[in-house]
Formats: sequence, structure tokens, C-alpha cells
Amino acid sequence: MTRLSRHVTGWLLVLPAMAFLALFTHWPALATFIDSFWSTPKGRRPARFVGAENYQHMLSDPVFWKAAWNNLIFAIGTVPASIALALLMAVWVNDRLTGRTLLRMAYFTPTILPMIAVANIWLFFFTPDYGLLDQLRGLFGGQPWPWLGSAETALACVIVVAVWKEAGFFMIFYLAALQQISPTLGEAAALEGASRWTYFRRVQWPLLMPTTLFVFVNAAINAFRMVDHIFVLTHGGPDNATTLLLYYVYEVGFKFWDTAYAAALTMVLLIALALIAAVQFGVIERRAHYR
Amino acid sequence: MSRPDPYAPRGLALTLETAGAWLLAIVWIAPLAYAIWTAFHPQEFSTRFVWNAPLTLENFARVLEAAPFGRYMLNTFVYVTFVLACQLVLCTLAAYGFARYDFFGANVAFALVLAQLMIMPDVLIVENYRTMTKLDLVDTAPGIALPYVASAFGVFLLRQTFKSVPKELDDAARVEGASPLQTLWRVYIPLARPVYVAYALVSISYHWNNFLWPLIVTNSVEARPLTVGLQIFAGVDQGIDWSVICTATLISAAPLLVAFLMFQRQFVQSFMRAGIR
Repeated sequence: MTRLSRHVTGWLLVLPAMAFLALFTHWPALATFIDSFWSTPKGRRPARFVGAENYQHMLSDPVFWKAAWNNLIFAIGTVPASIALALLMAVWVNDRLTGRTLLRMAYFTPTILPMIAVANIWLFFFTPDYGLLDQLRGLFGGQPWPWLGSAETALACVIVVAVWKEAGFFMIFYLAALQQISPTLGEAAALEGASRWTYFRRVQWPLLMPTTLFVFVNAAINAFRMVDHIFVLTHGGPDNATTLLLYYVYEVGFKFWDTAYAAALTMVLLIALALIAAVQFGVIERRAHYR
Repeated sequence: MSRPDPYAPRGLALTLETAGAWLLAIVWIAPLAYAIWTAFHPQEFSTRFVWNAPLTLENFARVLEAAPFGRYMLNTFVYVTFVLACQLVLCTLAAYGFARYDFFGANVAFALVLAQLMIMPDVLIVENYRTMTKLDLVDTAPGIALPYVASAFGVFLLRQTFKSVPKELDDAARVEGASPLQTLWRVYIPLARPVYVAYALVSISYHWNNFLWPLIVTNSVEARPLTVGLQIFAGVDQGIDWSVICTATLISAAPLLVAFLMFQRQFVQSFMRAGIR
């Protein structure tokens, strides 16, 4: 193979994929940045350069701040809870309990169900009075409560559904990692008289660290793109109590058709994702070298 | 693995752990169990759980009469197949290029591919909608599919696999006069079969369940996938008739769910293989 043909063949092979990536990933990301400095074209009036106006509007937009805050709470609510539950599920399934195949199936099933579909069922669970949650509470004398209709509990409900959806998916990575740990480590720890908790904390948990970091990054990304259930459960309400950033981008871009402002909002999302990428490549790739 | 694990729970600890694990499993499966209960029972039992409630298929008839779920399912099927077919071709070619050709600018190009792992099409809805309008692809299957066809994840996964193929096999094929594409077809693709299965299962699950972008880019019964059809059906048409909503929910999840129950191990392993990079 001549040198020239190596370059040509290589480029010809990657070119189709690169073209689609450029058209639907690189260009839109760049265009988002550019458009965020222009006004929204309306009718016969074309877009004009407005500098940082969209960003100034954003800083004074209470709904944006609400959405950003909600998204932060959503991330803090979903990421650690998903990691903890995924680990617990993996330990249980790994422990050869009775019916572990069924357990694994039950935990994993939410992963393959459409979020938009199961959100409808959660909607019933959260319905005041005759919904499942209030029926159960009624057995213990609890009063009906508008779970999704009240600003105090709506975001928590949205978080619960998200954790339910993704914990079983993350479980399988912990399960794989647990099965990689050599049983001789457990035998050695037992000979030394270590308690189960000590064995977990000193041996298993450190060995699972690369998995935890991997799950952390994925859960963090999901926290910024998981919005399907909002469409069913709350539509961002009540009073924007459950509006997340991507949902707000959708509302501004496709309900109010203010595409320039939506571009500025998208930039915030892209920066959030870039920060997660920075964490992944900066911290994780350097620290987790013992995988 | 035949030696006993000294930290395996026994006695009371085992009982407690088993009880906890099963309790969690019941909570986790409850939404699906409820959907199945409600779909197969008459409407008056949709919020009342009586063990001897009569079974019925009437809800399915009502749903199929009220909304074109057959058409939605066909649309989803077309969209999912189209995405997967394009992904397999594009990602295979690119992965082979990155794995075996040390061409000028390969590292930069590969970094540009990986960028998509962070900046997913899900987030770029505003600009992608503008592009689809210009290309006149709004409300078509390619319109839903195209942003996903060059999958960074697929390129990455297949590149890893192709790199592990012994170079000697490649050389042997070349000596026999095979062109690059023939080598790819005869040597690399057969060896990567389990990875293709894993990738396909993950891609199908993802796109079967995809909602936000299809919601934006479709606006007619002829193009709408199941997820969007279900949302419109449950949100607008029905008020709150739980038996009908649950039945529609079950219909939209059923094909994937049945496939999962049949090939459970395959699914779990695929998602695992796809996730560990």
C-alpha cells in the first residue's frame, strides 16, 4: 500500500460519518453559538446582530434561573441516589439471593421501557386521592395530597421517576465490576478478621471506583437531558417548579418560537455538558488509571 | 467460583437482605404490573384491586379504535430500522478507517467524532430543526433519523473491536488480493458479530423509546412514532381514562418488552458491553 493511498482510503472510509457528524453535531453546536448573538427572525424581518442582548435577557429572566436551579436540584437528587441504589441492587444480585435472576430482571426492566409510556403510569401513582400512593397512605390514615400539583413535592416526584428509570441500568456496571473482584481478596480479608463492612469499605468500594466515576458521569449527563417525563407528569409546572433547562429550551424554541433566546439557553446546556466532559477527562482519566 | 464466599450473608442477615431485595424489586416492577393489571381488566377495576376481577381484551379494542397505533408502530419500526441500517454502514466504515489507517489528521478527526458523546443531538434540537426545515425533511422518517446516523458511540465501539483483530488476518487477505472493503467484509465484520448484536440492541432500545426529537420534527399520523403518538393520545384525547391510557402504554412498550423478556441475558450483556468503554 503506497503512502498516498493510505491517506486517501482512510479519509474515504471516515468521510461519510464525518459529513453527517458535521451537519448534525458540529455545525448545529457552532450555529447555536452564533445565533445566540442574533435576534429571532420574524416574518419579513431578518435576524440582526444584537450582541449579548439574549444573554442579558437570560440573566434577568426569572424562569431561566428557576430552571437552572431546578436542574441543579434534579442533578443532586438523581445522581447520588441512582449510584447508591445501583450499587445496592448489584450487591444484592451478586449475593446469590433466592430468585436473583428475577430480581435482576425487575431492576433492569425500567431501562428498556419508554420513559414517555411509564410516566403515564407514574402519573396515576401520584394522582391525589385514588392514586396508588394516596391509596397506600390512606391505609395508614394519611390525607390525600396533590403530589404533582404542589410546588413542594412536584420536583421530588420527577426525581423519583428519574432514579427509578436509570438505577437498574447503572446496576449492571456495578454487577460486572463486582464479579471482576477476585474471591481471594475476600478470603484474605476474612482471615484477617475484617468485618463485612470493613471489607466493603476498604476493598470493594476502592476497587469499584472506576465504575462509580463512569456511572457518575453518565448520571450527570442524564440529569441535563432527561426531560421526557416532564411532558407527561407536570409540563414544567406548577409555576415552573419542575421546569428543567432542556424543557425550557423546548418551550422557548417550539412553543414561543423565540429561536435566538433558545440558542442562548442551549449554550448554557452545552457549557454544562462541557464541564462534565472536563471532569471526565481532567479528573477521571488521570485518577482511574488502575482499571 | 466454587469456593464459598466468606462474606456471603447467612442466617438473619440473609433473610433481611432477601426481604429487602424483593421489596425493592416489587416497587421497581410495580408500574409495569399496574399497567398489565389495568389493561386486562374492565374500566371499573382500573383503580380497585380485587383478586377476582374479570379479565377482558376490550381495552385493546377501544385503544386501537380511538387512535392509529398500528400506523404509529409501523412508523417506529421504519424509523428504528432506518437509523440502525445507516448507523451500521457509516460506523463500520469509519471505525475501520480509524482502526487500521494511519491517515493524515486521523487524531483530530477522531476527537471530532468523540465530541458527539458529550454534545448529543438531543440537546441541539433548535438548530437541527432549522436544518431539517431547509432540507425539507420535517415530518419524514429520515428527518427523525438523520441526526443519529453517525453515532460516535458506534464508531468508538467498533473501532475498539477492529483494533483487536490480529493484523496478520488483514495482511493475509491483502496477499490474496482483497480490496479494503473486501477485507472489511470478509475478515473484520464476521469477527465483530457479538459487538454488532450488542450495538443493535442498544440502538433499537434507544430509538424505540426516543421522544423529544421525534415530537419536534413530526406533525402527522403518517410520520409520528409510537412515543409521540402515545403522548398525544394520553395527553389530549382521553382525559383520564386509566384503563385506556395503560393499555396504550402497554402497546407501545410491548414489542421491546417481549424481546427483552425472551432474550434477557443478551440484553443485559449488550447494555453492559456497550457501556464499558
